Amino acid sequence: MVFDSKIPEGPLAEKWTKHKFNLKLVNPANKRKYDIIVVGTGLAGASAAASFGEMGYNVKAFFYQDSARRAHSIAAQGGINAAKNYPNDNDSIFRLFYDTIKGGDYRSREANVYRLAEVSNNIIDQCVAQGVPFAREYGGLLDNRSFGGAQVSRTFYARGQTGQQLLLGAYSALSRQVAAGKVKLYKRTEMLNLVLVEGKARGIVARNLITGKIESHSAHAVVLATGGYGNVFFLATYAMGCNGSAVWRAHKKGALFANPCFTQIHPTCIPVHGDQQSKLTLMSESLRNDGRVWVPKEKSTVEKIRKKEIQPNDVPEDERDYYLERIYPSFGNLVPRDVASRNAKNVCDEGRGVGETGLAVYLDFRDAIKQFGIDVIKAKYGNLFQMYEKITADNPYNTPMMIYPAIHYTMGGLWVDYNLMTNIPGLYATGECNFSDHGANRLGASALMQGLADGYFIIPYTIGDYLAGMPYDKVPEDHPEFKKSEEEVKHRINKLLNINGNRTVDEFHKELGRILWENCGMARNETGLKEAKKEIRELREAYWKDVKVLGINEELNMTLEKALRVADFMELGEVMIDDALDRRESCGGHFREESQTEEGEAKRNDEHFSYVSVWEYKGDNKPEVLHKENLKFENVKLTQRSYK
Amino acid sequence: MEKGRSYTLKVWRQKNAASRGEFKTYQVNDVSSGSSFLEMLDILNEELTKKGEDPIHFDHDCREGICGTCSLFINGRPHGPEEEITVCQLHMRTFQDGQTITIEPWRARAFPVIKDLVVDRSAFDRIIQAGGFISVNTGAAPDANAIPIARENAEVAMDAAACIGCGACVAACKNASAMLFVAAKISQLAMLPQGKVERKRRAQKMVEQMDKEGFGSCTNTYACSAECPKGIEFTHIARLNREYLTSKFTS
Repeated sequence: MVFDSKIPEGPLAEKWTKHKFNLKLVNPANKRKYDIIVVGTGLAGASAAASFGEMGYNVKAFFYQDSARRAHSIAAQGGINAAKNYPNDNDSIFRLFYDTIKGGDYRSREANVYRLAEVSNNIIDQCVAQGVPFAREYGGLLDNRSFGGAQVSRTFYARGQTGQQLLLGAYSALSRQVAAGKVKLYKRTEMLNLVLVEGKARGIVARNLITGKIESHSAHAVVLATGGYGNVFFLATYAMGCNGSAVWRAHKKGALFANPCFTQIHPTCIPVHGDQQSKLTLMSESLRNDGRVWVPKEKSTVEKIRKKEIQPNDVPEDERDYYLERIYPSFGNLVPRDVASRNAKNVCDEGRGVGETGLAVYLDFRDAIKQFGIDVIKAKYGNLFQMYEKITADNPYNTPMMIYPAIHYTMGGLWVDYNLMTNIPGLYATGECNFSDHGANRLGASALMQGLADGYFIIPYTIGDYLAGMPYDKVPEDHPEFKKSEEEVKHRINKLLNINGNRTVDEFHKELGRILWENCGMARNETGLKEAKKEIRELREAYWKDVKVLGINEELNMTLEKALRVADFMELGEVMIDDALDRRESCGGHFREESQTEEGEAKRNDEHFSYVSVWEYKGDNKPEVLHKENLKFENVKLTQRSYK
Repeated sequence: MEKGRSYTLKVWRQKNAASRGEFKTYQVNDVSSGSSFLEMLDILNEELTKKGEDPIHFDHDCREGICGTCSLFINGRPHGPEEEITVCQLHMRTFQDGQTITIEPWRARAFPVIKDLVVDRSAFDRIIQAGGFISVNTGAAPDANAIPIARENAEVAMDAAACIGCGACVAACKNASAMLFVAAKISQLAMLPQGKVERKRRAQKMVEQMDKEGFGSCTNTYACSAECPKGIEFTHIARLNREYLTSKFTS
């Protein structure tokens, strides 16, 4: 298997400029002869589709939601990073690059991350020009806030709704191209297969979710911008419909999958309330600036609180364990996401977790309110406190919040080269669905940056290089390859509809989530992973024998939609486990119990694991084959992270 | 958290756009007071599936009040009885154990029912396509700080931009008017210098499209604003009227 990352030669800071010059161009008059399919209309997809339309290409944009404006980028709260250095605190492109690659625990490519930092400033300019109402200071200029993993203020924000505002900006640009006739939208339409003709990506097969019609769509290139696969865990902060089917279908047609086990677990989510829970809600990381994290020192105190004999506020100071402050005196409550999450799990495993389920820790604002006054805290976190109260009916001004870690992002995804093209010619992956920029851990406010960097400023250039070498001829949609792919989809759908078993799709999905969360979540070990691999296979077999999917294909059938997605998650989950088994080191969000320091901290192993794991599909029920892309670091020095 | 609650649900069932709908009554048991309204429907749907009955179809996605997908008319109010939240943020503790709850889709000519509680809101997309944007190509932007914008104006623009496009305003209005939705976008862009260049054309085009879609006219009852899950104020409608009339008189 040959795969070339196509990283340009030359000094880091000149690579992208030089590379852009070397890319082939498509003459403006010829752009209209090419069709591009974009799947997904989140930040990465909408920005790419709008930009392609402006450039003159013909674009078809597909999404499962009822409107392009609803993609899950909309839920990002905190902000978007850029190296503008407006606060004059000595930020620079190199510093943003350095923080991002270090935050990713040195498991991403230098050249890609540098380019991301390089185009970050253009993103802010573009969004402001579109009318995105970023927060401003009284002088009328843009305001910045601080975020985890950085010592400078470089995060631009629009209240707690930054993702929403950026997405609406991209959606408005997309809408303008729809009006101009350059983009055609396919709402409530889900990609279910990729079509290759002579080894090149030439289209997709999609299902119209209203009529059930299986449709073929032909193009000269296909761009996947379908987001992450975190819903494999059932409970996650993702939207209910987020899924891994598009990338998984591409993988089964030959696209390599990189670092599947790299998932991010966010430390400050609202805890699970019970087995009726359908999804988890994130509370912004910024709360850890003023909240103190603790659990009782003794299990007996936990019991008393659970029986409501005492309130959390009644626990005296010397019976509280502010464990992050105790273990990490210099960073305290502001340790990175992975460290905060893992320690919450540890104290709950010890039986000191609070709440009805014992899977929660306190985030207490009592001292901050005492120190700064309730008005200051209200001004800073008012909307978050309100959101918390709506969900839990507890008032965080009077009693500590309860939080617990939750799955929130996947750093892994389709393998792409420097042009964001997968190993399949003409198939691109942008945003969260590729693997390229965040290594083993993503820093806050970097997901929005990457989605828009890919869509506005990278793929519009790199796709031309490929299209310039393509003939204008279109592949007809009744080509045998399209027919074959359609048949594959129809076969799967019929199979699911005809099982008529006893267990619902959600029951299977919850079980899949449990297996992965317990064995391939915050902490992993070889024994657990091997057991999980066995369990997942049994579950998959049971699924195809006993799942109950009602109704027919030719109607709006949300159970069928879910059943198709869960079927793919079952397969994807197994590769996550294979990948976790192979990576016998702790790094980023991923703690491998066999690889820790004497103090119990994550121990990275650069000597043996400084590579991207690249998985190749070999056929049903055949083991996937692992390839390695070795990472070269020429501009940063690898250090073990310490937050003590 | 209190478990074991029961509710009687009267739910609008409609097979597809062409068929006639009707209310059906269901009993749902073992609901936790901490469950969300949509989780309560999940529980019922699991039961229906096990019994071999078609689950109730309803739109939902992010389940954290920001995507604007969920759209239920509960006991006569869009997004239910609580102020400034979407259905997905509504929790069962709001309802008493044993209560009867009526659930309907958004009802408006411009939002035809697709199935059960799912409606087609693409009219909103077409209104935005008519002019709800600033015409700037990727790469054509000046430095973000080149144009200072007074903080007060940026804040008003942000207030308007908080609209999630759910359609509760239309569902709440006795005339099924979309004025608040259109006003929010026009107001956001009118408050910003970047948006001023195209303001006349934008106001005319968007209002024209709104009328074409079959939304009713605004009679200033402000039910829209009262039911908006994001608290978008009706003062934006005044700004829309001003923008529209000015554009008519001066063009």
